[in-house]
Amino acid sequence: MSISLITAVLAAAITAGTPILYASLGELITERAGILNLGVEGMMLVGAVTGFMVTVQTGNHWLGFCAGMFFGGLVALIHAILTVTLRANQVVSGLALTMFGTGFSGYLGQKMIGIPLESPFRAFNLLGLGKIPFIGTVFFQQDALVYLSYLLVPLCWYFLFRTNAGLNLRAVGEHPGAADAAGLNVALLRYLAVFVGGVLSGAGGAYLSLAYSPSWVQNMTAGRGWIAVALVIFAMWNPLKAIVGAYLFGGIEALGFRLQAVGITISPFFLKMLPYLFTIFVLVLVTSGRNAGAPAALGLPYEREER
Amino acid sequence: MSTLRKSAVWIALLLVLTFGLMGCGSDNSETKDADKMKVGFVFVGPAGDHGWSYTHDQGRKYLESKIPDVKATVVESVSDNDAEKVITQLVEDGNKIIFTTSFGFMDPTISVAEKYPDVTFMHCSGFKTADNASNYFGRIYQARYLSGLIAGKMTETNVIGYVAAFPIPEVVRGINAFTLGVREVNPNAVVKVVWTNTWLNPPQEKDAAKSLLEQDADVIAQHQDSPGPLQAAEEKGVYSIGYNSDMSKFAPKGYLTSPVWNWGPYYVNVVNAVKEGTWTNEPYWGTMADNVVDLAPMSSLVPEDVKKLVEDKKQKISAGEWDVFTGPVKDQQGNIKVPAGQKMTDEEMLGFDWFVEGVDGTIPKN
Repeated sequence: MSISLITAVLAAAITAGTPILYASLGELITERAGILNLGVEGMMLVGAVTGFMVTVQTGNHWLGFCAGMFFGGLVALIHAILTVTLRANQVVSGLALTMFGTGFSGYLGQKMIGIPLESPFRAFNLLGLGKIPFIGTVFFQQDALVYLSYLLVPLCWYFLFRTNAGLNLRAVGEHPGAADAAGLNVALLRYLAVFVGGVLSGAGGAYLSLAYSPSWVQNMTAGRGWIAVALVIFAMWNPLKAIVGAYLFGGIEALGFRLQAVGITISPFFLKMLPYLFTIFVLVLVTSGRNAGAPAALGLPYEREER
Repeated sequence: MSTLRKSAVWIALLLVLTFGLMGCGSDNSETKDADKMKVGFVFVGPAGDHGWSYTHDQGRKYLESKIPDVKATVVESVSDNDAEKVITQLVEDGNKIIFTTSFGFMDPTISVAEKYPDVTFMHCSGFKTADNASNYFGRIYQARYLSGLIAGKMTETNVIGYVAAFPIPEVVRGINAFTLGVREVNPNAVVKVVWTNTWLNPPQEKDAAKSLLEQDADVIAQHQDSPGPLQAAEEKGVYSIGYNSDMSKFAPKGYLTSPVWNWGPYYVNVVNAVKEGTWTNEPYWGTMADNVVDLAPMSSLVPEDVKKLVEDKKQKISAGEWDVFTGPVKDQQGNIKVPAGQKMTDEEMLGFDWFVEGVDGTIPKN
């Protein structure tokens, strides 16, 4: 492989990994609070379509991006109400959310198909850093949302592991009973975590429709939400590992086409399988040790009386 | 606790309702005209997709405008699994002719046709027939050949990128016709092919186009309905060729043309034939002469002499003097597959599983 090919693959890996990264950071925060939300795909789609609609209406892609995040969060609130307050089964509720989001986004977007976006997010050279050979070409000739995600990852990590609020959030996910006894508002923290998860999933979706391929198409996430869920496990609930995983999974997607273009054919079905295979592999690897890093109370509803 | 839970239920319901209402307000202007001839259409995608289903919906509109006593019903976004139910429902609703427009609808169409001998069924892009069911398609390869002529003239790097969908004969035929066009005017150019295994997934199709652009391609052609490849070409400032309908708005600076479908006149013919009792189940593979396939207006980037060349070839094809796969046609290894003066038969074209000379790529054998 020539150096230009490697650069191209890596740059494309970052673009392809960014929507997954946003969504998986969101899911990571949600799961850290003990709530499993399998509705990522649905929330991403709602984020993608609402972000696109608002950008078409206003001509401002930042406004569109905010709208995508807001509606992603709003959809997530359905999950929060069902699982936190009503203590419904989190798997069922999450799956329902994905189905709802898929149908709802298709319905909303009917009139949006085939409309070009006048003002999408465009790649630009960040502070001249893009001129650095290799590293600059890979990391700093991207769009604003990619740069934002660079910041978001350490921010998430710092929040979760170095602040009191983060500690509280993790406590709720590890042992809600103890957290409750310590005076934390378990339901409120879980609501917030689910909402933030929806916001970031919406951001991932909006990235697809506003930056990656500025357009709206039914079901345009095409399974990326599920990859994001898998990525949280792959990353062992750690944002710093999530960024590596996101670019790895993005790289697999990017690599397939580049190999084809230079005449090496690998079955695309095999490549599509790889992220999940990696996830299972990591899961086996870490669970055969002592601690996979999964929040202890993940997926369990919390009821004070049942303590 | 119970009041909290109750109010939570209400909030949840409200949220769901709000979302439900947000998209409401569609125009349901259904008029019941008992004596109108009812015609049903089953689409695999949304009618507004500006791609494949859109072209059929344009045909449906044309039909309604030309034969005013036709009442058309459209069912959009039907999956292969639901097709049989949907088609049966359309028959039960009194539709006398049913057009099903996705390859995957073939078996459901034939199976419903066997149960309802009084109804006429038309399936697009398949190969099965029954007494009351036939299939139709168009020779889009003729338009692809013409778009290849343009690509061959416009390229400076002599590398043209082709974002291919699935490795099936229809797509292979399109790539071959396109490449023959390219090589006709530019024997040094190659057509690089990347498969996406998608019909519509813009992010992936855009990325596939990017991988071709990195290999020095300066014209991008595509088989999907997607704006993705055009956007990739536009961002790099090179030429692009769309598909299905005029896609110039996605790439105003680099768009050249698109091979397009034009189903309207054919739908009118079918409905008239059924009305007059002259319909037969003879499969139809429409040509450029019938106007079923065409080239979208060429953009101002295409020089006059190239436009003239394309028009001349189009004339020859339309007049039936010449067709794309007329020998000599060589395969990638340089072996003559179609000797000079001979034409490929329809059967051979429908089973294409090899690339012509000039294609840089392989057909995956899954």
